[in-house]
Amino acid sequence: MQRTEAADPSADAPTITLWALFLAFAEIALSSFGGAVAWSRHVLVVRRRWLTEREFAELFGLCQALPGPNVVNLSIHFGTRHHGAAGAAVAFAGFLLVPLIVVLPLVMLYSYGGHLETVRTALRGVAAAASGLLLATGIKLALPYRRDPAALLVAAAAFVGVGLLHWPLLAVLGALAPCSIFLAWRRHS
Amino acid sequence: MNGGILLQLVLILAPLSLVAVGGAIAVLPEIHRQVVQVYGWMSDAEFADLYALAQAAPGPNVLVVSFIGWKVAGAAGALVALLALCVPSSVLAYATAGAWRRFRDAPWRRAVQTGLAPLSVGLVLASGAILTQAADTSLAAYAVTAATALLVLRMSFHPLLFLAAAAALAAAGWL
Repeated sequence: MQRTEAADPSADAPTITLWALFLAFAEIALSSFGGAVAWSRHVLVVRRRWLTEREFAELFGLCQALPGPNVVNLSIHFGTRHHGAAGAAVAFAGFLLVPLIVVLPLVMLYSYGGHLETVRTALRGVAAAASGLLLATGIKLALPYRRDPAALLVAAAAFVGVGLLHWPLLAVLGALAPCSIFLAWRRHS
Repeated sequence: MNGGILLQLVLILAPLSLVAVGGAIAVLPEIHRQVVQVYGWMSDAEFADLYALAQAAPGPNVLVVSFIGWKVAGAAGALVALLALCVPSSVLAYATAGAWRRFRDAPWRRAVQTGLAPLSVGLVLASGAILTQAADTSLAAYAVTAATALLVLRMSFHPLLFLAAAAALAAAGWL
């Protein structure tokens, strides 16, 4: 195993400047169409070689378990690891504020163009495809659980409660999360 | 004029930040419920349009919330909405960054991580279902949604190709 290599990620710290951190997360954000997970791996593991595949998987697993946008959490954790609070702030800004500044003019364009029937009609098509993309993403995420009845039951309950019955998210989470964590706890011990 | 609305945006989004397990997509149904059904700031179709625009634009998925903020309260709304949804969870992430590494092998950590994952899978699918209901107003639109889902699962084309093809189909009047 690669325990020694993963043991001290701070050994890399001096080679990654705050500016490089900012640029990396801006690059991830601006490359991301339809989800930033794939691009964060591509930039951090393949292009920059700041993380091994295994380190990335570890870090992302943790960021998925925490609330909040997963790759935003990744920017916070990676930034903190290398430059503390300043690193977190810089990675956060690169990942969120840069795309905001770049895409806001696009939204303005829409808010004027939104009155044009062609734009509205074309967007209706994009919306139909985008929901298909989202359903496919959900199915891809569910595939690893196909032999895990308890996990499938929890996923199905969340889907029906929120997606079909339109119950408030907080109520559904409040009811299901303790059950699901308890089930996972019993399986582990 | 905007102060009240900005405050309402913060009050809606900041608590959701701390329960958004699975990312912004997981709380999209709740954001939809609030801005469309509770406050009536936009219609179902406008909400679906904004989501589609966010998918078509580069950037993380969470940017959709800044589009919603823009629709509700302009440029200030875009910034406030994005920060309201991202800052609370980021502060939590920062606080846990050290602790989580220390408790790497603790059983409770594994149980929490394993237990929350299927919940977030169900919520992603729920978002897909809600957006399908909002976006698809014809049989042809449902067909595009189904075809996109199947093709994305089976092939590895760039997702933008599907969005562009569907936009062209719609513009040609077929949806």
